[in-house]
Amino acid sequence: MDLDTIISVLAATLRLTTPLLLACLAGLYSERSGIFDIGLEGKMLAAAFAAAAMAAVTGNMWAGLLVGILVSIGMSMIHAVASISLKGNQIISGVAINFLAAGLTTLLGLTWFHQGGRTPALAEGGRFLGLDLPFAFELKSVPVLGPIYDGLISGHNLFVYLAFLAVPLTAWVLYRTRFGLRLRAVGENPKAVDTAGISVVKLRYQALLITGLLCGVAGAYFSIAQGSGFGNNMTGGRGYIALAALIFAKWRPVPAMFACLLFGFLDAVQIRLQGVDLPLVGQVPVQAIQALPYVLTVVLLAGFIGKAVGPKAGGVPYTKEN
Amino acid sequence: MSVRRPLPRWADVALLPLLNLLLALIISGAVVMLIGQNPLDALRIITYGAFGYGEGFGYTLHFATNFVFTGLAVAVAAHAGLFNIGAEGQAYVAGIGAILVGLTMDQTHWLLVLPLAIIASAAIGGFWALIPGYLQAKRGSHVVITTIMFNFIASALMVYLLTRVLKPVGQMDPTSAAVTGAGKLPQLRDFMSFFGYAPLNITIFIAIAALILVYVLIWHTRLGFAMRTLGHNPVASSYAGISNSRLIMITMTISGALAGMVAVNQVLGVQARLQLDFPSGYGFVGIAVALMGRNHPIGIALSAMLFGALYQGGLELQFSMPAITRDMIVVIQALVILFTGAMEGLLRPGLESAFMLYGARQKAAAPAGPGS
Amino acid sequence: MTPWAIELIGINKRFGEVHANKDIDLKVKRGTIHGIVGENGAGKSTLMSILYGFYTADSGQILVNGTPHAITDSRHALQLGIGMVHQHFTLVDNFSILENVVLGVEHSPLLAPTFAKARAELKRLASEYSLDVDPGAIVEDVSVGLQQRVEILKALYRGAEVLILDEPTGVLTPAEADHLFRVLRVLREQGKTIILITHKLREIMAITDSVSVMRQGEMVATLETAGTSPEELAELMVGRRVLLRVEKGPANPGKVLLEVVDLVVTDDLKVPRVKGINFKVRAGEIVGIAGVAGNGQSELLEAVSGIRDQKSGDVVLNGSKLSLEGDDGAARARLAGLAHVPEDRQRMGLVINFEEWENSILGYQDDPAYGKGVLLDIDAARRQAAERMEKFDIRPTNVRLKTANFSGGNQQKIVLAREMERDPLVLVVGQPTRGVDIGAVEFIHNQIIKMRDAGKAILLVSVELDEIRSLSDRILVMFDGKIVGEADPATATEGELGLMMAGIGTKEAAP
Repeated sequence: MDLDTIISVLAATLRLTTPLLLACLAGLYSERSGIFDIGLEGKMLAAAFAAAAMAAVTGNMWAGLLVGILVSIGMSMIHAVASISLKGNQIISGVAINFLAAGLTTLLGLTWFHQGGRTPALAEGGRFLGLDLPFAFELKSVPVLGPIYDGLISGHNLFVYLAFLAVPLTAWVLYRTRFGLRLRAVGENPKAVDTAGISVVKLRYQALLITGLLCGVAGAYFSIAQGSGFGNNMTGGRGYIALAALIFAKWRPVPAMFACLLFGFLDAVQIRLQGVDLPLVGQVPVQAIQALPYVLTVVLLAGFIGKAVGPKAGGVPYTKEN
Repeated sequence: MSVRRPLPRWADVALLPLLNLLLALIISGAVVMLIGQNPLDALRIITYGAFGYGEGFGYTLHFATNFVFTGLAVAVAAHAGLFNIGAEGQAYVAGIGAILVGLTMDQTHWLLVLPLAIIASAAIGGFWALIPGYLQAKRGSHVVITTIMFNFIASALMVYLLTRVLKPVGQMDPTSAAVTGAGKLPQLRDFMSFFGYAPLNITIFIAIAALILVYVLIWHTRLGFAMRTLGHNPVASSYAGISNSRLIMITMTISGALAGMVAVNQVLGVQARLQLDFPSGYGFVGIAVALMGRNHPIGIALSAMLFGALYQGGLELQFSMPAITRDMIVVIQALVILFTGAMEGLLRPGLESAFMLYGARQKAAAPAGPGS
Repeated sequence: MTPWAIELIGINKRFGEVHANKDIDLKVKRGTIHGIVGENGAGKSTLMSILYGFYTADSGQILVNGTPHAITDSRHALQLGIGMVHQHFTLVDNFSILENVVLGVEHSPLLAPTFAKARAELKRLASEYSLDVDPGAIVEDVSVGLQQRVEILKALYRGAEVLILDEPTGVLTPAEADHLFRVLRVLREQGKTIILITHKLREIMAITDSVSVMRQGEMVATLETAGTSPEELAELMVGRRVLLRVEKGPANPGKVLLEVVDLVVTDDLKVPRVKGINFKVRAGEIVGIAGVAGNGQSELLEAVSGIRDQKSGDVVLNGSKLSLEGDDGAARARLAGLAHVPEDRQRMGLVINFEEWENSILGYQDDPAYGKGVLLDIDAARRQAAERMEKFDIRPTNVRLKTANFSGGNQQKIVLAREMERDPLVLVVGQPTRGVDIGAVEFIHNQIIKMRDAGKAILLVSVELDEIRSLSDRILVMFDGKIVGEADPATATEGELGLMMAGIGTKEAAP
């Protein structure tokens, strides 16, 4: 494989990693606070639709992004009310949110835009385009580094850079700030937080607010940055892959990035591997690569490679009386 | 904060779920209004479409058959404290069993095909659930996450099998060869023209049998007692000498086998071939059905009928009100799951207070009774 | 300024039907150690949780240093200088000690300055009160005694002037408890006020200046410790003269029915908890195992009854070795004739959501008495449950009632009836009267003695030394996973047993 191919595969990896990473970090905030979230997929899907619809109607991508985020936060708050305030089953709530998003996006898409569930295609200027970093063009001719800078590092849209910036930011918040300390504490032992005079409920709502925000950005990426408009079931199960990556990373931000990069890379190569004969193994069915993130997660969960133990209080509603 | 008196049993099993359902339907009505349609008209069309004439009713029963299987699958696992989100994938892979029996036995008689297809589908569906069960029992991985993962793995596996292995040479569509003879299960319309062209078939009797068997299993057998013990208190079950790990595996296998019955109904009863994504979400509906039916066979039968009616009525609705597609049903399903499952705590406190007030008034009205 | 650090006036608190605190008045003098005693469920912890702001009282007034305050939450209590060390620690296990100490009182949005300040403060507290800790150590890696020290440090770091300790010695070894008491005395010298909740009269006598007694939600007396006696306190606690001796005749030990040989048991984290134990229990005798909680008694019980796998060694029942491995070992132990009343009925012995009759067959669900083949004969089970209800005076007499709706004593009777009525060879009993009302205690003790007189071998584990002494025919003392001594209940003094329980003055157990 030549350098150009490698660069293009890696650049595709970055683009495919972006929504995974945003969703994965979103899940990290929620689950670190002790609330399971299998509704990442639904929140992304709803945000993708809302962002595209708003961008199409107003012609303003920023308005689209804002509405996408608001819708995702709204869904996250449904989850918060169910699982924090009403002490409901967090898994069931997540399942409900995924179905709600799947149903509503298609239904509203069909009735509002009459394009078979799609939102109207956004014009070139109506979505987030790639940003050329300074000197990308000038440095292009520098051997090896030039193409890497130009082809791999430069030229992505805002969301890609945001996603990767969110990783150190999350790590910093989690380990260096007061909020992070409390967040980690409430996911491990909410009673410790409660007896220290901090509101468990408020802390968990804050966490789910961030989860909603990040899922909103991830969803908008699909429809108003990577794509130009919403398509039916556009997120295609990425929310579950993000969940798998979160487990794979054992709920830590930097490993989460590497897990997402791995799954993004698998996604990028599976397109290229279609029908290609690999040495020793021969043709690898695309489906095998598609299933790999899930298989890897199952293997990890089974403790065959390390052991993934989540936040101790995860999934259990907090009640004072015990 | 005061401790509330629990609800009377009938209110807990019947009234509260009905109120939650009503809430879900009211919000669904709001969604219908949001897209500019009249929810009452929609309700009328759904009701007529589902129950108003023979063929519609046949379709309702046909969908309900699937939902009974997946609802029971979720419920059986739930009794043992396990949340099986993988009924969809289990039903999907079970299709292999159904179609292989159907194809190889196509030249025999359906009386031979049916039991063998049930066994094969149950075995493969059960196996697909047994793996997450084993991983939970022996390796401690959470069955919720693994069953989600197994849905995706099942999907990839089936795409591979249908595009590379089961597809007859020279055919474009990724489906298996068709069964034409004994592999196609008897349709009820062959005996009762009342059902029109509805694909209702003999599998509905299997569903009825499954309801009864699950009832007996959970409340009248030693195994069911053990499952309920495990579900309520795993420490107590190991104190009681129950092997929790073995029981988790047995329960998941039964759960997956029940989900696998969808394959018998869909593959041999309706489509006569194995198609891509044939369970089309029925596995997930099972979650709503089980929640709504309080994991009890009678409740499951009723809520399976409800969802069957929604599915069939929803199809009808699509013709009369093109603005409302079948996705409306997914929305209703989501709201039912949300209100009867996750937000069950929304109405309960109010209802409990209402009952306490009512109870207090009763007591005041009838003083000097013997102490309870 | 008043001499009172804390004054509670007319405190009331209800949980549904339960009146946990009735018109409580309490005054605690500054710079003293004030004890609060009472039986389980007397309302001590509730009262203190109200003072700490964890619960809000339905009515009543709280005065701190003479000024009334409506304490709304724990944060408010902390601001008023009230700190609490809970019975069950409220630490984040995978956090460092430093992180646990600052949690909730970080003075800056970023952690670095907070940590710097906390390190300095911990150093000061360490030298002032001899409370040394390694701030970087992870809590789950340090001993229980050290974890409690972290809890005390948390309170002091928050500027607590009044420190409430809820049953602080329940999880401590005697040496750790002694160290705790030394720390408390230093704290008193420095002018802190300490409220000690306990049900152990020995501790009250040893360390407090004054003591309040609670009974069934009411404050029945407040006394100067120097002017009272354990007997007087005990009487106040239970409301009548306590029958410390249970009526029983001499034992007639027969052949060995239960023998434990070189038993080694580990806990869930593979840490050895039972370290090579040998003993025998004969027909017609009660062997009591005394010890401070957490010295391996729970693991011993679970291993002998087949719930927890043993690492090595044998359990021999009536001459034949039991094979207990696998997670259904309890079923084989039962079949062989071993019945087990577990230490914690709600966690282990009962399914609290089951109807009474269902719990009356728990563990025996595969017994032929309850049906043929795979089916369960529900009518037979209910009939039998009703008979037992009458025999054991379990109330209310409704086999269809949910078990959660029975009182603690009646729940315990459900378990006892189930295990005793099977006519086992060996009965293994853990904490038979924990959280049980006085009336039921006598009944339960008499039932156990009746079993002994019927020729059963009984192994009794209890952390209540009085219970061990009054029921047992022989006492084995367990410390740090080993049997460190044997005593005759008729002659051994509490002091001797206490020393053995502390791991001091051991003598080898006669097998």
